[in-house]
Amino acid sequence: MIILLSVLCTVPLFIILIYIFKEGFSKISWHFLINMPKPVGEAGGGIANALVGSLLIVFYASLIAIPLGIMCGVYLSENQNTRLANWTRLSVDVLQGTPSIVMGIVVYFWVVKPLHTFSALSGSVALAIMMLPIVVRSTEETLKLLPDTLKEAGLALGLPYHKVILRIILPCGISGILSGVILAISRIAGETAPLLFTAFGNLYFSTNILKPMESLPLLIFNYATSAYDDWHNLAWGAALILLIWVLLLNIITKIITRKWRVQF
Amino acid sequence: MQLKSKIKSTFLAVFVVAVLGSVVTGCDSGSSNKSTSTDSTATSGSADKTLLGAGSTFVYPLFSKQFSEYNKLNGLQINYQAIGSGGGILQLTNKTVDFGDSDAPLTDEQAQKMGVPVLHIPMCSGAVVISYNLPEVKDTLKLTPDVIANIYLGKITKWNDPKITAINPGVKIPATPILVAHRSDGSGTTNIFTDYLSKVNPEWSTKVGKGTSVNWPTGLGGKGNPGVSGLIKQTPGGIGYIELAYAIQNNLPYAKVQNKSGNYIVPNIASTSAAGNVTLPADSKIFLGNTDAADGYPISGFTWALIYQEQAYNKRSQDKAQDLLKMLWWEIHDGQQYCHDLDYAPLSPAAVTIAENILKSATYNDKAILQ
Amino acid sequence: MSNMMNVWKAKKIKRSVRQIRAEKIFRTSLVLVSLSILVIVVAFLFTLVIQSLPSIKALGFGFLYGKAWDPVHNIYGTYPFLLGTLLTSFLALIISIPFSFATAIFLGEYYPRGWFSDFLKNAIELIAAVPSVIYGFWGLFVLVPIVRSLELKIGVTPYGIGIFSASLILTIMIIPYAASLGREMVRMVPSSLKEAAYALGATRYEVIRDVILPYSRSGLFAGVLLSLGRALGETMAVTMVIGNTSVIPKSIFAPGNTMASVIANEFTEAASSLYLSALIEIGLVLFLVTVVINMIGKRIIKRFTTQ
Repeated sequence: MIILLSVLCTVPLFIILIYIFKEGFSKISWHFLINMPKPVGEAGGGIANALVGSLLIVFYASLIAIPLGIMCGVYLSENQNTRLANWTRLSVDVLQGTPSIVMGIVVYFWVVKPLHTFSALSGSVALAIMMLPIVVRSTEETLKLLPDTLKEAGLALGLPYHKVILRIILPCGISGILSGVILAISRIAGETAPLLFTAFGNLYFSTNILKPMESLPLLIFNYATSAYDDWHNLAWGAALILLIWVLLLNIITKIITRKWRVQF
Repeated sequence: MQLKSKIKSTFLAVFVVAVLGSVVTGCDSGSSNKSTSTDSTATSGSADKTLLGAGSTFVYPLFSKQFSEYNKLNGLQINYQAIGSGGGILQLTNKTVDFGDSDAPLTDEQAQKMGVPVLHIPMCSGAVVISYNLPEVKDTLKLTPDVIANIYLGKITKWNDPKITAINPGVKIPATPILVAHRSDGSGTTNIFTDYLSKVNPEWSTKVGKGTSVNWPTGLGGKGNPGVSGLIKQTPGGIGYIELAYAIQNNLPYAKVQNKSGNYIVPNIASTSAAGNVTLPADSKIFLGNTDAADGYPISGFTWALIYQEQAYNKRSQDKAQDLLKMLWWEIHDGQQYCHDLDYAPLSPAAVTIAENILKSATYNDKAILQ
Repeated sequence: MSNMMNVWKAKKIKRSVRQIRAEKIFRTSLVLVSLSILVIVVAFLFTLVIQSLPSIKALGFGFLYGKAWDPVHNIYGTYPFLLGTLLTSFLALIISIPFSFATAIFLGEYYPRGWFSDFLKNAIELIAAVPSVIYGFWGLFVLVPIVRSLELKIGVTPYGIGIFSASLILTIMIIPYAASLGREMVRMVPSSLKEAAYALGATRYEVIRDVILPYSRSGLFAGVLLSLGRALGETMAVTMVIGNTSVIPKSIFAPGNTMASVIANEFTEAASSLYLSALIEIGLVLFLVTVVINMIGKRIIKRFTTQ
């Protein structure tokens, strides 16, 4: 009975994966990856703008979130009980529980309205805020597991504090930190809600961070809920690519955690 | 140590790939510039050949074709996001877009919120058709205003209701339940439809009223014209109101609607133009619902592009204002040739003149932009 | 000789001064970064509250139980959305609990190690990794027609889209949260307790029922809370299959709307300031509810793991 129920859990997953592979595989071609979407009603077209847009938005979000997240994680693991640390941990928990649509609302007021334009930058900011809790959490947990002797040995040898952290502690915990980072990336790669009113979408190819930008999840959402069969086809192909991207990232995380772990 | 150098070389490789990748895509795009400059709100003139617009899904098939052609003509990229007329108005109010498009002219409250004068430039007119999903029915159904209103009020719930069969003699209609679809977002198409219903059915007028977003008594909500079309297409027994182009592009049948004169009219370019053949006021705001024209389609409407009259706001450059005005000028003249293939009714010559006058009143720093 | 010593000392002092300064800068920047995260969260709350003030002032508490959402007449009541959110989330939770608990027990007690256990664990974690828009897409094209034919057989209006479909999709999406956490909790039951029970002649089932479950009860409850928090805030998959009708749903097979999906649909077009403010107030309520539930869950877990 218990075995049955547990295995049944995974059945929907496989159904979904297989279905998307089946539908999306035939739609992907070199043409699909390179071209732009065509005007409504014309067949063909591709998702080049969404692909590049997704990559860029995720890249900029990581640029913002990774340094901030790692530094915060370092602080939290070094200072277990100060008031600031406890409040920060609370805030990180709050951020983790925030629905993504509320993130979109807040970043709309913080970035889109003052700049008077929708932009990839605002999308990246929203996604960066979503990445922060995951990165901070995993960094803190990883660093807490490292023995204190490492730090003490470094300090005893006369190394300054920042060198101890940056050259000794962080590299030892690299597997945990990196897996947290990659998990965070895979989480935001598929996020749509924050981008609805920040990055907004763009019919054209654009690499300008201060202009609206298309992204894979946005494209899937818009095209899936439309009525055109062409657009449905594009959406299936895009869904497959997004799925592969996310799955790859997850697999890489598992490999890294296992192979690069420094045992004590 | 071996681990460390392995990590270092992996990072180096990833970094190189990322840099190469962004360089390649940067070259690819050509016209857009990957600017990390501090020049944020001031759009730097001729280097920036893009315009941002948002609004109605009603006109989206037409805009999509027109902008793609205009891009071929002079390289200007017009990024139009069809988020619904309500969305277009809001984003124009927040000055996050260059122009909006709405099938519902600004209400007093919206105009007040904008603060400064906003120009309504008619783009074309179109028909809001009543589309349905009844694969067994091969003939085109006829519908009267009362029947449509009662379906949307939730009073008529089956397709073979006597009121429907009475006006469609000889047509075999199955006993499928009627599944009503409407818009879930703020929509000018809804505005045209509910304005029509308010004019023809007093119960609708008091109970629901008209607007871009109303309190629907019944039915499913779809996002945008594409969303409603999708709902109709996927739901057997579904009925919904969508722009003619969407019905045709999705091979959805649509009903003949009885107009004020008692004739059952097929929505097409001719009947929409007949309904639109009225004198426009100087500001071009007018409703075509329940037209008096004998062969006019009763659920037609205009769609308007919306821009601020004074274009020098938010450090907009004069070049950008000129690009915008030139594009809109093209829209009401050469752009009209694309209306026909997509079953939109082009502007009548009188309407074009009024539109020209409106465009000429746009200023940059109080100087007229178009000569 | 002493000259060289002095030069050398001076260099050392200069280097130490530099080092001390560098250390100070590093420590300060660590503090600043943590402070900024705190500031971000406070600013979040601040922005939400300020932007919903017009609506709070105009509508007061009636907002929460008002039954009509009528942007035309400026009447805003969140009751339909509260109901939609609660219905979908709790229905999803109820359906998913047997599955997540079964998985937790299976992976925690029967097969804590082994290739099958790894496979199942990875599969469950993969469920959480799939983006929600893909769930919505699949749901729209595969699940909804199935639900529609089910509704035809039962005899209700075959919308297909509606509360029921949304709950089904949510069920699939939230299983991993309770399952992974549950598995950890079940594994943490001390072997001495279990062995004592076996020594007294209990069957495996009795051990699970009378030892493991009561012991990890609060942990399992925390897992359930986390799943609930996830379900409440889920936007995209629900928006695509719930029908977007802002009325109180007449049955679970009818279309409805949740707090998250109404914001997603109507935010970019809320043209009047009261409308926009009302939507943001919904966002504020959603934010507070999900945060509180998540915090309670995390608090329970922390208490459990430090016991």
